[in-house]
Amino acid sequence: MKYLISLLLFFTLSAPVYAAIEVHEFNDAATEADYKDLIEELRCLVCQNQNLAGSDADLAKDLRQQTYELLQQGKSRAEVVDYMVTRYGDFVLYRPPVKSSTLLLWAGPFALLFIVLIIVMLKVKKTRTVEAPEQKNLDQAKSLLSDDQDNSGAAK
Amino acid sequence: MRFLLPLGIFGVLVILLALGLTLDPKKVPSPLIGKVAPAFTLPQLHNPSANFSPEHFKGKVWVLNVWASWCVSCRAEHKVITRLANMKLVDIVGLDYKDEPADGKRWLQQFGNPYTLSAVDLEGKAGIDWGVYGVPETFIMGKDGLIKHKHIGPVDDKALDEEIVPLLKTLLQEPS
Repeated sequence: MKYLISLLLFFTLSAPVYAAIEVHEFNDAATEADYKDLIEELRCLVCQNQNLAGSDADLAKDLRQQTYELLQQGKSRAEVVDYMVTRYGDFVLYRPPVKSSTLLLWAGPFALLFIVLIIVMLKVKKTRTVEAPEQKNLDQAKSLLSDDQDNSGAAK
Repeated sequence: MRFLLPLGIFGVLVILLALGLTLDPKKVPSPLIGKVAPAFTLPQLHNPSANFSPEHFKGKVWVLNVWASWCVSCRAEHKVITRLANMKLVDIVGLDYKDEPADGKRWLQQFGNPYTLSAVDLEGKAGIDWGVYGVPETFIMGKDGLIKHKHIGPVDDKALDEEIVPLLKTLLQEPS
């Protein structure tokens, strides 16, 4: 029991030590919203599949701090994005701008969809066109059918 | 005939994947190539009262090597940087990135100091301005003060002999 209490105390009293949460005070709510949006859409360069908000890398911390400071200085969102792009390139953006170098990235999926649609349409069209039966085939079918009727009649 | 289409798609996929294997996603191309070297003023590691700023090497070809005592691959790179320093082609400036000066000095004492001087970037602000995202990184500046080349990750013998030294030699021949 004593052990349990000390363990409990250990975890409750040491809580502030492991809860390393960054505290930022903002001028106004709009700045705070901008900050939260920006760290969501800026990519961490060290752990490349995470954004700045989700990364615990040192560089991500520094860049979050930098984002915060720039916004507090009254910089607009576009200016902060610009700041990051001039240093780290379009790579920091999860939504890269449409340029000649990123055209394939933006248009590629739509081009692929278009190609697939065309292929599907051609296939559907092919299966739908039923050729009109030729006259001699019709006659043959008719005679077979009447034969069948005669036979059934004979069986009675 | 009916196998031709899947086979073709398979072939294209193989080619794309093979190309993908040759790329290193960890290497983010720097937008700073061809731009003016970002300014900073930082205290020198061995002489804290004196500052260093890229302007000091105006009109010269120089190398900025970002290192830190906590950086493991910098140890592997160290002998290559030392070899470059021994060629006495250009000045090599170290940027001791997010490192305590005492640790940085001890590291250089232990392994040897190939740098003309080192600047201490304790907070990493200069690093951000230079687009540093992984240490070590190496920048080469021309006489016009523009960044000519950036090497991400440790410089190995091959990169030094095949990329960096030839580039330095051509840059040195350019009129100032």
